[in-house]
Amino acid sequence: MENSTVDLSAIERVEAARTAHLTAGAKPAKVLAHDVNVYYGDKHALQAVNVEIPDRGVMAFIGPSGCGKSTFLRCINRMNDTIASCRVTGKITIDDQDIYDRSLDVVQLRARVGMVFQKPNPFPKSIYDNVAYGPRIHGLTANKAELDEVVQSSLEKAALWNEVKDRLQDSGTGLSGGQQQRLCIARAIAVNPDIILMDEPCSALDPIATAKVETLIDELRSNFCIIIVTHSMQQAARVSQRTAFFHLGTLVEEDSTKTIFSNPKDQRTQDYITGRFG
Amino acid sequence: MTVVYFTALALLTLTAYVLASRRSVALSATGVRMHSLPAYHGLLAISLVIAPMLLIWAVGTPLVSQLAASNALTNFPAEIRNDALQAGSALREIKNLAAGQHSGDVSDALRAATDTYSAWRTSGNFLLLIIGLTAALAGIATSLRMVSGQFRARNHFERIVRIVLMACAGVAVLTTIGIVASVLTETIRFFFDPNIKGRPGILDFLFGTEWNPQQAMRADQGDIKSAYGFVPLLTGTLLITAIAMCVAGPLGLLSAIYLAEYASPRMRRYAKPVLEILAGVPTVVLGFFAALTVAPYIRGWGEALGLDVASESALAAGLVMGMMIIPFISSLSDDVMNAVPQSLRDGAYALGATKSEAIKQVVLPAALPGIVSAFMLAMSRAIGETMIVVMAAGLAANLTLNPLDAVTTITVQIKTILVGDQEFDSAKTLAAFALGFVLFFITLILNIIALRIVRKYREQYD
Amino acid sequence: MTDAISSLPTQLPPARRRAIPPDVAAARVRRRYASERTFKALGFGALALTAVFLVALLTSIIVKSLPAFSEHRAVLSVLVDAAIVDADGKRNADAIRAADYASLTRAAITAVIPGIEGRTARKALNGLLSSGAADDLRDRVIANPSIIGTTIKTPMLFSDDVDLYLKGDTGRHTAALGAAELTPSDVKGDITLTAANQSFAALIADLEREGVANDAEAGAHVLDGRIPSRVVYINGGAVKVVKATANTLAGPVLLPLSSVTPAQAGSWNLTTYVQPESRRRISDQEIVFIDKIRSAGAIERGFNWRFFTSGDSREPELAGIRGALIGTALTLFVTLILCLPIGVLAAIYLEEFAPKNWLTDIIEVNINNLAAVPSIVFGLLGLAVFLNYFNLPRSAPLVGGLVLALLVLPTIIISARAAIKAVPPSIREAAIGLGASQQQAVFHHVLPLAMPGIMTGTIIGMAHALGETAPLLMIGMVAFIVDVPTSISDAATVLPVQIYLWSDLPEAAFQQRTAAAIVVLLGFLFAMNGAAIWLRNKFERRW
Repeated sequence: MENSTVDLSAIERVEAARTAHLTAGAKPAKVLAHDVNVYYGDKHALQAVNVEIPDRGVMAFIGPSGCGKSTFLRCINRMNDTIASCRVTGKITIDDQDIYDRSLDVVQLRARVGMVFQKPNPFPKSIYDNVAYGPRIHGLTANKAELDEVVQSSLEKAALWNEVKDRLQDSGTGLSGGQQQRLCIARAIAVNPDIILMDEPCSALDPIATAKVETLIDELRSNFCIIIVTHSMQQAARVSQRTAFFHLGTLVEEDSTKTIFSNPKDQRTQDYITGRFG
Repeated sequence: MTVVYFTALALLTLTAYVLASRRSVALSATGVRMHSLPAYHGLLAISLVIAPMLLIWAVGTPLVSQLAASNALTNFPAEIRNDALQAGSALREIKNLAAGQHSGDVSDALRAATDTYSAWRTSGNFLLLIIGLTAALAGIATSLRMVSGQFRARNHFERIVRIVLMACAGVAVLTTIGIVASVLTETIRFFFDPNIKGRPGILDFLFGTEWNPQQAMRADQGDIKSAYGFVPLLTGTLLITAIAMCVAGPLGLLSAIYLAEYASPRMRRYAKPVLEILAGVPTVVLGFFAALTVAPYIRGWGEALGLDVASESALAAGLVMGMMIIPFISSLSDDVMNAVPQSLRDGAYALGATKSEAIKQVVLPAALPGIVSAFMLAMSRAIGETMIVVMAAGLAANLTLNPLDAVTTITVQIKTILVGDQEFDSAKTLAAFALGFVLFFITLILNIIALRIVRKYREQYD
Repeated sequence: MTDAISSLPTQLPPARRRAIPPDVAAARVRRRYASERTFKALGFGALALTAVFLVALLTSIIVKSLPAFSEHRAVLSVLVDAAIVDADGKRNADAIRAADYASLTRAAITAVIPGIEGRTARKALNGLLSSGAADDLRDRVIANPSIIGTTIKTPMLFSDDVDLYLKGDTGRHTAALGAAELTPSDVKGDITLTAANQSFAALIADLEREGVANDAEAGAHVLDGRIPSRVVYINGGAVKVVKATANTLAGPVLLPLSSVTPAQAGSWNLTTYVQPESRRRISDQEIVFIDKIRSAGAIERGFNWRFFTSGDSREPELAGIRGALIGTALTLFVTLILCLPIGVLAAIYLEEFAPKNWLTDIIEVNINNLAAVPSIVFGLLGLAVFLNYFNLPRSAPLVGGLVLALLVLPTIIISARAAIKAVPPSIREAAIGLGASQQQAVFHHVLPLAMPGIMTGTIIGMAHALGETAPLLMIGMVAFIVDVPTSISDAATVLPVQIYLWSDLPEAAFQQRTAAAIVVLLGFLFAMNGAAIWLRNKFERRW
């Protein structure tokens, strides 16, 4: 933030992006990143990222492996805090609140920003307990009936209810891969977050399960701000409205998905989406 | 009194939890958004009760008994009070009488002292209870006042939990400090405290060839300094360790090679438990076996061959000690050999080596550091082993390398000196601690070197 | 490598290879295969030898222990004499408790072998029973006072020496039927047995072989306790042979004869007890008595329940391991409640929360080294710190448990850390991603999943503590304690220490009990290790 030269251009770009949205009649930004740098020890993993993510919609992060897209995703709910050597500078706000502010309780942040991981990771507990865990620790429900309701509605929203309603007490690990991932999404929804981060949610799934999850993402976008990291450009094109392209730790380009895939401004983006590298 | 105190503690803990969590629930029912779950408000309240009450108890109880004791002793004349030994025995009598376990005549002074003692203790403990209760109630009041929507009870409670976790990890460090402190201070006193009669110089200890602390008890007799010569103990320990290593080294290593390289999975499934069972046999059992089965056999064979075998020969103890450390060597060596990458073996096979050639020329050299450290750990175990030698080796400190003679070891002497009644401040008792220090030091060095070798070796293949 | 090769002179002559004749090559291969076989056989041999060691250890102990699991009792009719037990007839419990039950048991056993005269003989007879027999009778009367004044049939415990004799410990004996008529001079006292002919020539020859010469003064061969002893069973009685000539035998009567009638050839016998009297703990007199009781059918052999239900004793036949078992249970209880929470919490801290810094490094190195400190050093710590500094009670399970807790703490920390590490990070991430705090993630998810591994490590650690002896010797758990401890501050001993204490005692019966106690200890250890293995197989989860 002290670096003034970079700063100015960054601010200009962000301002431009903001104005663009306003003029386009889009909703105000949900997540705003300003000059975000991430270091793993001595490694500078993410350099001066500035981006604005609108509410209610799907934003896809694409880019080759190791480009920093997952790292940036994990900055948004401060998952990087769990890595001892990781250091984040810059400013990220959600609804105009700085999430790296000292007074902010990271636990409450993560309750607002749900996350779905690359590999389905249900707790080795019952399906019910998996979904109920979040509401329980955040004290979202007053009694069992309310909790049951939350579990059911979350599973319904995750399009899993019909498949598991008769075996809620079975272990979550006994489900198929696609079902497990949808369970993880239900588990994230149950906390009623504003934002859901998805870190390559389909990379461990077969095509049919992937299709189901993608359909689900499409349905969820009317209620949540979804940010998805994906390796697959097709998937980005299918599910997202906006796309950001990361390369070697920098955010190269961010625009509507259509523009990125049809008319990218940057040569690197062009090369990537046409399959010249990655 | 203790019972009352801890009952109060338990009840207050429960009260604190219920009050704080209820208050939190009530608050959230009015529509306030609570940062933390009611349970965390309750748990924080609990910590605010337990911590001060335990602290007051831990500090207060010894203080009360000390006060009571010093006040009670004022009933005795000054010469008793000022002599540590007499004061101590007087205090013991007071405590016995107070507990109703005194036998024999009771002098007036003793009775008066006991009354003083009991009175001080009663009022002191009562005071402690009052202070503890006040602190606990204050804790509950504070925690209730703190319950609010923004109050981060969970974060505060988790900070306390973190401190508790850290303290638990610190116990291991405290143990080491305790060992070093207790053993080292006594050792220093053994060598340097002028009040100890019959203490040897460091050089007399390290290079003396005669060990006879029993004799040194009678401080006016004989040449005292020669009574604490460490050399025969060291040679005895090393002799038995050497015999043990001669047995366990080849057997353990060869078993490990067979298990790691030759044995079928089926064979491994049966052979591993044999070694595990052997490793799990308590040393007192091995000592019994050594003393009652192995030693008579060896004596019998020795007699048949016309040899003079002591009934507590180093050989018997060493053989059984070897049995004890076979599983140790074999499991450690097995691990290091399994860690040698298959590619090295493949390289040897590709050149036409037989399996044994591959093992001897490739696997063993590669695993050598690990095997060396396994041997060192096994040696440290043998040196520190007590029960086998206590039961099967002798007490006489003979300076000999003949495995058929009786020798004694460091651990045997520590045990012999310290078991039974001992005066705490005699040179003999302190000598045991000096031996303990030497033992700790030797094994520590062996372990540190061994662990370092293992770590280096791991890095090489990880 | 490539560079090195390319820099070699190009006109390098082809590598010279020695031409090896095919038969030499074949021999060499044979030799290599032979050495391969030898090596493999060596490995197998080492493993087999280790197994032999283990089998030898276990069999020698089990074989030694077997006799200790049974005991012999004399089933005798005893008159519970009201005049002795309850003199004032008021059924006063204290009076009944204080009565002289030994006189009742003495009367009972005297009734089986009447006509015994002489102090030595009576003492020998009374000494057959254990001092516990009277105590058993007292317990029986106290439990059921209605038997006072009646005659009851009750088993009475033999002393350890009798028990061992009945278990065949004294060795063999041979009996030779008399070949000629034999006439006793009296039925009691020192008597002479005169044979019709020189029928003892063979005996004299045996004695000469055993080194007994003709004693000119006595005019006979004199037998003493250093050679096998001979007893003549004749006319329902028994005579110990002290002097022998070719046609007479003389000695004291051990068991009164029914008459002085000459006994026909074949109706008497000369029994030789091969083990000399001086080398056994039971005299010829006692043997004769026991055989008499046995022939009366009044001896039973039963399982030695007492071994499990009573505390230590100076009398081997009364000694049991109950005190040691309870002491062990109390000690291990203290150990468990200390080292399980501390060990697990320390492991959680080190694995999940500890920052990577020098302090954490020190703690880690320290734990690894602590795991290898000799156990006796922990005993020194206990002695110096817990006993002398904190003035905790000597010999108490409290202190023993404390010391053992410190001893097994490194084991538990290390295994708990391994178990925690085995829980995949994705579980933590899932919880943290939902907004659980790090501690919630650990305590709600990681710890429950690591629990089977932690329990396995804990059981193995407790098994280690169960077998530990040396540190407990240091803190005074070696006292001779008869009472069964009831609290953690009572003086107590533990099973391994009891084994050590008994193994030092000279009585053969104690050696057997030591072995029996070892069998019990090993039983517990195997059960614990078995439980650990079962737990591991049942709950181990491969991620």
